[in-house]
Amino acid sequence: MQVLYFAWLRAKTGIGSEEVAPPAEVATVGQLIDWLKQRGPGHAEAFADLGVVRVAINQEHSGLDAPVAAGDEVAFFPPVTGG
Amino acid sequence: MILVQREDFDPGALLAGFAAGDTGVGAVCSFIGLVRDRGDSDGVNAMTLEHYPGMTEKQLAGIEAEARARWPLADVLVVHRFGRLEPGERIVFVATASAHRAAAFDACAFLMDWLKTKAPFWKLEEGADGARWVDAKATDDAAADRWRS
Repeated sequence: MQVLYFAWLRAKTGIGSEEVAPPAEVATVGQLIDWLKQRGPGHAEAFADLGVVRVAINQEHSGLDAPVAAGDEVAFFPPVTGG
Repeated sequence: MILVQREDFDPGALLAGFAAGDTGVGAVCSFIGLVRDRGDSDGVNAMTLEHYPGMTEKQLAGIEAEARARWPLADVLVVHRFGRLEPGERIVFVATASAHRAAAFDACAFLMDWLKTKAPFWKLEEGADGARWVDAKATDDAAADRWRS
C-alpha cells in the first residue's frame, strides 16, 4: 500500500510517500491512521486532529470509515485551498 | 480541456482560440484567479501551490464532466498553475462556451466553486513572519454547496 502526504501533513511526517504493509486487521482508513500514528512522533502529530485531515483512496475523495486494502494508494492532506 | 502547469498562460490567446469556429456558440464566459498581496495574513510576498499530480487532473476532469452534464456547453477550458507565484500572477483560468449566456455564466461559477473544494491544491503563503499553510474557508464550502442538487 502506497501512502502519500501533502502540505503540512508532509511537513509533519517528514515524508511525501511511503510504502507500507499494515497487518490484516487494518481494514479502514481510521484503522490505518491509528496504525500509522505508531510509526513515530511526526506521524502522531500529523494525525493529532482528524477534523483537519482529508483522505483520498486511489485518487478519489473518501472518508475515515472507507475500506482500504493492499495495493491501494491512500493520500492524506488538509482541506484543499486551490483556485 | 484541463491543463495543470507550472508556466504562466496568456488569457487573450486562450480566449481567442476558445470555441473558435463554432458558430453555434453565442456566449463565452471566463474567470481568472490572481495571487493577492494579502491573504490570511497581511503582506504576502509569494505563495507556493502544491498539488497531487494525477489526482488533480482526475478531479478537474470529473468537475468538467459534471459541468457538461448540467449545462449545454460547447466547450470548457480549465488551466491551473502550481509552483511558486508572486502577487499579481495568474493562478487559474476557466472558460465556458454555450449557445446562451446563462449556461456560460453559471457553468463558469460552478467550475470555480467546485474546483476550490475538490481539486487537490494547497497554498503555502510566504510573509514577513515566515511561511504558513492557508486554511480552507467555510465560505468556499458554502459556495460549492449552493450547486448541490
